[in-house]
Amino acid sequence: MLTIENLSNEIDGKAILKGLSLSINAGEVHAIMGPNGAGKSTLAYTLGGRPGYAVTGGGATFLGKDLFEMEPHERAAAGLFLGFQYPVEIPGVSNLQFLRESLNSQRRARGEKELNGGEFIKLAKEKAALLGLDMEMLKRPVNVGFSGGEKKRAEMVQMGILDPKLAILDETDSGLDIDALKTVGAGINAIMRRPDKAVLLITHYQRLLDYVKPDFVHVLAGGRIVKSGGPELALELEREGYAEVMA
Amino acid sequence: MTTVALPTRRQEEWRYSDLEAVASLWPLPAPVRIDVAAGESAHHHLLQDAGEGVAVVHDYAIAIADGGRCDFHVLNIGGRFGRVTLNVTLGKGAHFELNGAIIGGGKQTLEIVTAVTHAQPDGTSGQTIRSVLGQHATGSYLGSINVARGAQRTDAFQSVKAMLLDRTATANAKPELEIYADDVKCAHGATVGELDKQALFYMASRGMDPATAKTLLLKAFVAGVFDDMADEAVKETLEAAAIAKLEALV
Ligand SMILES: Nc1ncnc2c1ncn2[C@@H]1O[C@H](COP(=O)(O)OP(=O)(O)O)[C@@H](O)[C@H]1O
Ligand SMILES: [Mg+2]
Repeated sequence: MLTIENLSNEIDGKAILKGLSLSINAGEVHAIMGPNGAGKSTLAYTLGGRPGYAVTGGGATFLGKDLFEMEPHERAAAGLFLGFQYPVEIPGVSNLQFLRESLNSQRRARGEKELNGGEFIKLAKEKAALLGLDMEMLKRPVNVGFSGGEKKRAEMVQMGILDPKLAILDETDSGLDIDALKTVGAGINAIMRRPDKAVLLITHYQRLLDYVKPDFVHVLAGGRIVKSGGPELALELEREGYAEVMA
Repeated sequence: MTTVALPTRRQEEWRYSDLEAVASLWPLPAPVRIDVAAGESAHHHLLQDAGEGVAVVHDYAIAIADGGRCDFHVLNIGGRFGRVTLNVTLGKGAHFELNGAIIGGGKQTLEIVTAVTHAQPDGTSGQTIRSVLGQHATGSYLGSINVARGAQRTDAFQSVKAMLLDRTATANAKPELEIYADDVKCAHGATVGELDKQALFYMASRGMDPATAKTLLLKAFVAGVFDDMADEAVKETLEAAAIAKLEALV
């Protein structure tokens, strides 16, 4: 589904990713862990196409297409979803407007029929219920005045509605209490645990991985994947710390 | 009609105007008079959507008697030159409320020029202007507030925000205060900004194409201008005209 080969990038002329390779197949859940400042968010943003995140070497293919040849909105229409570590607030634009325009933009790009108001509301209600988010929240402006946990739930509602092929979730577990973590974990499983989909979880902690069980765990440090393993690697990291495991 | 000399750039209220276009309209006819009787309230609006290349000036002289209220909504989007002026005088305890939007592209020069005189005590006025300017357009708001001697407890505000879509567009905002009373509240704020890049990337990451994303942000930016309109049908007409203009701009 996603193949990243020897990827390097720069932000403001500063090299962050330094030859990162990673391959994700349909049906798999991968977790990337790593110390603060390792480049985890940079990887997510670079794959999403955030302006200012210049690719300086290597490449990535997503579902057979050159990822970096596509504009950010085209990547989304092709099935990529980016869960933000810090979801953006958009005053004056309601979640429902935001999501309906997003979904219909994607559908237009794929040559599918747009959803009308009724069809869209039905879908939004279903996904909000799945994530335990009050429909009233979706009438409010995007992320404005939402608590940290509400923002993360709202992002998962977005994911449910947009129904991507690959979700890259950057610290979706931060800001969640234990109950919310359970709900969000179950939501991710319900939406993404399918043979034709894949997930890349970026996290600091083992705790999300108790709910969304990874098939592979990678350690990102200094802009590269320095170690890969199975789910036991996450437990080892939790127990012994990055320094010990990477030594 | 007496001949009045053509305005020049040295005159504050003409400083950013398209004087060539003004000359083609000179001399201007007398302003439209609006008189609001004591204790009455009135709603007025103007949709300035003149055709391409047209030059047009709309002048209003508004007098609001004691305890009266006038709500004015303006959407200034048409023509090569579109100027709207409001000369307002408030009686005791009167209220004037202006909500205006300027949306321009190409080489349009669009302006809203107000002179609000608080002639008596306890008058209040509010002016909210939102401008969206692209390409080589110039959008200006010039608003002078004059508080007469003895017009105590006057409360006036001006809120002016402009959004530039291109570096080649120009926004001017000039609030001017002349205050001869001592117990007065006058607040004004003016900002010029660009579309929020973070928001645009967030929208793109959800699949929204750039034109849709920009239009949605711009709609949110100007939406408040028409929120409190009394007549639903007029409100819808102005909103639809604003959206069509925004869509043509992005
Ligand atoms: N906008 C930016 N400009 C310059 N440097 C940045 C920017 N964003 C991140 N960095 C730097 O890139 C490195 C990786 O950051 P990040 O990807 O956020 O790490 P992580 O998510 O693993 O904590 C850090 O050294 C950080 O300071
Ligand atoms: Mg991070």
